Amino acid sequence: MATSATDAFVAFDRVQKSYDGETLVVKDLNLFIDKGEFLTMLGPSGSGKTTCLMMLAGFETATHGDILLDGRPINNIPPHKRGIGMVFQNYALFPHMTVAENLAFPLEVRGMGKADREAKVNRALDMVQMGEFGSRRPAQLSGGQQQRVALARALVFEPELVLMDEPLGALDKQLREHMQYEIKHIHERLGVTVVYVTHDQSEALTMSDRIAVFEDGRIQQLAPPADLYERPDNAFVAQFIGENNKLTGTVEAIDGSTVSVGFADGESCKALSVNNGPVGGPTLLSIRPERVQIGAEEGPNTVEAQVLELIYLGDHIRCRMRVHGNDDFIVKVPNSAGHEHLRVGETTRVAWKIEDCRALDAA
Amino acid sequence: MKLSHVMLGAASALAISTAVYAEDKITVVSWGGAYTKSQVEAYHKPWIAKTGNQIVSEDYNGGLAEIKAQVEAGNVTWDIVDVEYSDAIRGCDEGLLEEIDPSILPAGADGTPAMDDFIEGAVTDCAVSNIVWSTIFAYDTTKVSGVEGISDFFDLDKFPGKRGIRKNPKANLEMALMADGVPAAEVYDMLETDEGVDRAFAKLDTIKDSVVWWEAGAQPPQLLADGEVLMTTAYNGRIFNAAAGEGQPFEVNWDGQILDFDLWVIPKGSPNKEAAMDFLTFSTETEQLAAQASWIAYGPARKSSGALVGLYNDGKTEMAPHMPTAADNLGNALVNNFEFWADNQDELNERFAAWLAQ
Amino acid sequence: MADMTALDSGVMMAADGTPLKKKLKQALFLSRVRAFALVAPLLLFILASFIVPIVMLLWQGVHNDTYTKNMPLSAKALYEWDGQSDPTESMAEALVADLVVARDNKTIGRVATRVNREYSGTRSLFTKSARSAAKMEAPFLEALIDKDKDWADIEVWKAMKIASKSYTPAFYAAAVDMTYNADGSFERVEEQGRIYVKLFLRTFMVSLVVTLACFVLGFPVAYLLSTLPMRTSNLLMILVLLPFWTSLLVRTTAWIAMLQSQGILNNIFVAVGITSDDARFSLIYNMTGTLIAMTHILLPFMILPLYSVMRGISPSYVRAAKSLGATNWTAFWRVYFPATIPGIGAGALLVFILSIGYYITPALVGGQNGTLISNFIADHMQKTLNWSLAAALGGLLLASVLILYWIYDKVVGIDNMKLG
Repeated sequence: MATSATDAFVAFDRVQKSYDGETLVVKDLNLFIDKGEFLTMLGPSGSGKTTCLMMLAGFETATHGDILLDGRPINNIPPHKRGIGMVFQNYALFPHMTVAENLAFPLEVRGMGKADREAKVNRALDMVQMGEFGSRRPAQLSGGQQQRVALARALVFEPELVLMDEPLGALDKQLREHMQYEIKHIHERLGVTVVYVTHDQSEALTMSDRIAVFEDGRIQQLAPPADLYERPDNAFVAQFIGENNKLTGTVEAIDGSTVSVGFADGESCKALSVNNGPVGGPTLLSIRPERVQIGAEEGPNTVEAQVLELIYLGDHIRCRMRVHGNDDFIVKVPNSAGHEHLRVGETTRVAWKIEDCRALDAA
Repeated sequence: MKLSHVMLGAASALAISTAVYAEDKITVVSWGGAYTKSQVEAYHKPWIAKTGNQIVSEDYNGGLAEIKAQVEAGNVTWDIVDVEYSDAIRGCDEGLLEEIDPSILPAGADGTPAMDDFIEGAVTDCAVSNIVWSTIFAYDTTKVSGVEGISDFFDLDKFPGKRGIRKNPKANLEMALMADGVPAAEVYDMLETDEGVDRAFAKLDTIKDSVVWWEAGAQPPQLLADGEVLMTTAYNGRIFNAAAGEGQPFEVNWDGQILDFDLWVIPKGSPNKEAAMDFLTFSTETEQLAAQASWIAYGPARKSSGALVGLYNDGKTEMAPHMPTAADNLGNALVNNFEFWADNQDELNERFAAWLAQ
Repeated sequence: MADMTALDSGVMMAADGTPLKKKLKQALFLSRVRAFALVAPLLLFILASFIVPIVMLLWQGVHNDTYTKNMPLSAKALYEWDGQSDPTESMAEALVADLVVARDNKTIGRVATRVNREYSGTRSLFTKSARSAAKMEAPFLEALIDKDKDWADIEVWKAMKIASKSYTPAFYAAAVDMTYNADGSFERVEEQGRIYVKLFLRTFMVSLVVTLACFVLGFPVAYLLSTLPMRTSNLLMILVLLPFWTSLLVRTTAWIAMLQSQGILNNIFVAVGITSDDARFSLIYNMTGTLIAMTHILLPFMILPLYSVMRGISPSYVRAAKSLGATNWTAFWRVYFPATIPGIGAGALLVFILSIGYYITPALVGGQNGTLISNFIADHMQKTLNWSLAAALGGLLLASVLILYWIYDKVVGIDNMKLG
């Protein structure tokens, strides 16, 4: 994995961006992307991820710092000379051209001959299973089809780097999931480097090699999907990726990698020390709902819990409970043979392992 | 004129609600500017004082179009209109105007019977003349001197510079022929022939490229004042008012002047016909016609008014020499032949337009 | 669900047993009636205030019954006349009888005007003869010639024959510089009288030039406005719309002050040395003045549709083109410009059609060679009172606009037009 600006394929080296000269939209960004990697920039709107993508594409200029492509600074290279493919949120297919003309456009401006153009266009269309649609206009295609064409157009001139700006945002859920796999497969087959921007965490988890979680103009965590989910570095990442139970408490003692945390109700529990403050400071415990056991025996992290609400969801039952004074504590009970039958109002015991309970910053 | 409509509307609504017997209120339509002002001073004010009636004054740009539209729609809102001679004749022929019984016209102040007192042709079946006006040419004396006559107006070599001319064949063709040496008495005979018309247009051709065309009577003095033209044709009263009233150094050249009448007519079906008739006879009495001459340099249509014409309202300018009808000004003068124009204006207008467009 | 769909007859039935199609029609009919009732007042208003008057006016272009209505006996006699042989006594008798009546009815002026349009110089022939018609005695033809020798001119009678046709192509012929003869033939008028064809051509040329000028001047402005932030562009838009809010009088005065030979522009030219004091440019009261003034006043009609279309063009199109390797110019020409075509089409059509019918501005600043066909229509409406010729000219103008519209629809497609 690249660790410096010179050996990475794409590098953001201490990049800053401000539009108004007063506030920074991107704050001191350092990001190194390897060749062939699928990297997703994930974050809520306004977190700076799209600005980063636009700076990489050349539509915005960095206020400070360097962006390097294959070791060369590209700050002063205009967009049309960067050779970066791009898929836009609304596809940006040229409405007055047919699908084939849209695809031929990048080849034409590169001065490619007609025969070569046609061959490449057909190959690209076949790749996205749109071979028969070459003579249609974009307006005659469905959203999914337009998406495929936009993808094919971004790839047809064989760029080494492809940027995608929320390309699936306008599709319905089912089509979106299908396209996620398709994009992933194309990426694997062609080996291009992809920088993908989305605010949808499941999309990010499905497709990426690595995910950069953006918030407030900074990368909060950069990690492969599993790490990001299992081992969030801070409260924002824990909260943003997947479902999460939060318990606020005070650090009572630190013992190596374990901390004791006391709650307002006088009880306490043990947790894995990740990002907590010193003894006496506040901390936020993060526990995934599926890592909580119900009806456990008395143990170190066992606590009384009252069932407040049950929601039947087919493969599992969502159970809302009161735990350590928190009324929004969610537990996912698998709908498997021999699971516990809970009733609203009942009191039971819940437990979790120390390593599943991460003590984070009290954001 | 919208405002006056509104005011009239509001006033009449008020009149209906407050007074059992409303006073008569007539709408008098004329050409605006200094000319209308002279009529307001000389006719309107004394008539209002005498009868207690009211007058709404409106402006228009001549022509029969509005009268025709009102009469044919049966919705006549104009009670008395100041028109040109050819329109008075044509409107009468087409039944657009009320006939006027000449016996209602009072004798002159000196006792001359009305029909002898008015200049010949000033009273027709449907119209009574109030003034004699004239199309003349004029210039700025600070820029031009030594102008002899109408031929100089057409002489670009002698007086290089732009010329202002009314965008209309009327008066221009006559002036062109007179400038070309045709005696006034033979002008219309010549214009009856194709050769005569060709000759007139050929003369106009010699200055065509230097012409600034005007349409409203207020334009020529403005063109002179702006220095846009060196000489311009104009209505004599407008130039006089600019000179005497505003102190402009303008001079009228009476050579080749073309005299014409303005006349009062009453559109057929005027709702205030009686009051309008009364206004008509009153305003064409000797005193009123003479009084108007102290406001604008147009000649009264009654001979008996001549003796009463005095000073301009500035109190020092003698009006008589500035009248188109003054003997000194009639040396080479032409009286507009309305019949010629009634017969030929359609054709000549089109030829004029075609000539302009060439 | 047997009660809902009685399929035995093969016709789908509604719950109450009526065929489903009929039921649907009833339901739709009610909503259609309601929709019609909502637009009916406007429809009536447009019909009464716009369509009917226009049709009536255009009708006058082919129908003029002044002569037939006021001179019924003479019209009948002229109808029977072959238009070649010498006028007969019966024609003269009918004419004299009609003249007497027309004089009493005060309609002789209209008749005289009508015939005078066909043969210039005959107006007074009619009005004068009508005055003495009551005293005329047989033989009438001689009596007429005795009164005025012009009655011996067969051309006068031919003119009367043309005027006596209520339905006549004479006015449309005149509108294209042709004369319609008594024998039904057409011929071009003499060179010196040809004017309308030239004016139509000039009107189209001026409209074309004004449209082009508006496009060349308006496109960059619209582009600038569409790329600026909303607040700034709204402010600038006020400047674009300013001509709309300025009264005609103020605008014309401003043009005169700017453009006249002693005006601001010429003074600047002289001061800078572009021209000398005695060779100042003529920028007003001619074709130049008309072009400048019309471009100025019609510019907003080009800018507004362009602006609205450009606002709607997502910046991602141009970005996409650039990311695909297009230079700034290629991205503009191949991607941005085609996207603005609906706006260009709408703006150009608006400006062109408005120019064709423009008349106040050309009348004020057009001078001798800057006036357009509409000025002559207005002239015939207001001054010469030749409404039939005005109607014919107007009809031709309307027809040419409709043809243009049709061509536009065929070439660009009217669905592609975006007015804003």
